[in-house]
Amino acid sequence: MPMTPLLAREELDAQLGGAARAWLDEALAEAEHAAEHTAAHAARQETGPPAAGPGALIAAPPWELRYAAAGRYCGLDHADSVRALLLLAARAGLPALTRLYDQGTAAERRAVLRTLHRLDIGSAALPLVEDALRTNDTRLVAAAVGPYAAAHLDAHQWRHAVLKCLFTGVPVDCVDALARRALGDLELARMLGDFAAERTAAGRDVPADLAYVLSCTAPATTVPSQES
Amino acid sequence: MRIFDPHIHMTSRTTDDYRAMYDAGVRALVEPSFWLGQPRTSPASFFDYFDALLGWEPFRASQYGIAHHCTLALNPKEANDPRCFPVLDALPRYLVKDSVVAVGEIGYDSMTPAEDIALATQLQLAADHGLPALVHTPHRDKLAGLHRTVDVVRESHLPPERVLLDHLNETTVEHAIDSGCWAGFSIYPDTKMDEDRMVTILRTYGTEKMLVNSAADWGQSDPLKTRKVGDAMLKAGFTEDDVDQVLWRNPVAFYGQSGRLQLDVAAPDPQHEGNSILRGGE
Ligand SMILES: [Zn+2]
Repeated sequence: MPMTPLLAREELDAQLGGAARAWLDEALAEAEHAAEHTAAHAARQETGPPAAGPGALIAAPPWELRYAAAGRYCGLDHADSVRALLLLAARAGLPALTRLYDQGTAAERRAVLRTLHRLDIGSAALPLVEDALRTNDTRLVAAAVGPYAAAHLDAHQWRHAVLKCLFTGVPVDCVDALARRALGDLELARMLGDFAAERTAAGRDVPADLAYVLSCTAPATTVPSQES
Repeated sequence: MRIFDPHIHMTSRTTDDYRAMYDAGVRALVEPSFWLGQPRTSPASFFDYFDALLGWEPFRASQYGIAHHCTLALNPKEANDPRCFPVLDALPRYLVKDSVVAVGEIGYDSMTPAEDIALATQLQLAADHGLPALVHTPHRDKLAGLHRTVDVVRESHLPPERVLLDHLNETTVEHAIDSGCWAGFSIYPDTKMDEDRMVTILRTYGTEKMLVNSAADWGQSDPLKTRKVGDAMLKAGFTEDDVDQVLWRNPVAFYGQSGRLQLDVAAPDPQHEGNSILRGGE
């Protein structure tokens, strides 16, 4: 189940039928309305939007119900794209993201993870990425190691995320900025070496991606220049 | 033989069961939310359970080539606990999820006023969300419970063809069929209902709107009972098409009323080590 690329609004419009396009129009309008409401609320109370409490669990804004139903109206292949557009239109903050993630199916969680880096939330959503990396659901692990993780995971967490991909068979192409972050990382190189030794000792295959990641950890000065 | 088990609690089963079910022909199943054996004490505990039915369990099933859907509800037993009752308020948020194909299992346990409210409320939720409902019949005082259940269904906004009455037996089948609802039978390794009695019921009442399930859970139960019914049907002279209707087309037609069935799951990759579906899907 490889992740499909996220489509922009214009690309989606070109692929959706009339009813789905109309549904998407309404859903995005509701999300934009929620964004304005949240902004106005934040301006009134300098404390910002209310934190997610027990009440927030139950009263779902209409656009969040649309978020759940996106695949049924726009096609499951387009669900990630539609959900990403809804999050952007709603300018989803941490309370909404946490709600959608915590109460979401794996597909709904995946769309949150894939959109974090496009929202203005700094590193505040890291607990969601950490949660996804604790699971053994490869759909979530793959979505968690995108650009947001590359920007915000600390070195220790990031190394474990890479190792977890190798462990669970998530292709390392999913790991954003792999070559840049791995460059000269001797600790990661050690972890990879130990993992390979453990697999070999058990008579099991070493994942094919491991050699590639290991090559990325070589310090810049010793890497032969490759322009391709 | 392709099999759809319309009622099985996989959370309580092992990966060996998944493998054996796939080998027996099971390609799809529905896992109703129910009582876990140990009573829960707060709605949050339900939400973690619902999340498992929407996330981890479908992932596990997909690794064994089986499409997993669920039904969500506050079960009748725990509807009697005021600490759990607020689950009803949160259900609308969960009933919009893609893999939720019915409200359930609901119904009566001890026929209390709290169970009356939970049943009527959740039948209405099913009507509001365009979903069918999986309604079980009580294990104790079954015939009286069935009569009361059918009365509540009649008073609801949910048409009988969107209701599956489950755990039926010889004493309740006729009234259930007369109600216009679908009829479900749970086949157990003990005396509640076995495959040969099931065949007799199918001979008497036909194969239309009849569903057979294993209802396997954490108790004494057998996830391969659906297959055993299929074999018993063939031995008794039913055709392959009859078996396909009962074990596949009927559950697909009933839960298909949700518009949410996704039955195309990739076959398991014989190479994979049980830790990835990405590799199989490449
Ligand atoms: Zn059950």
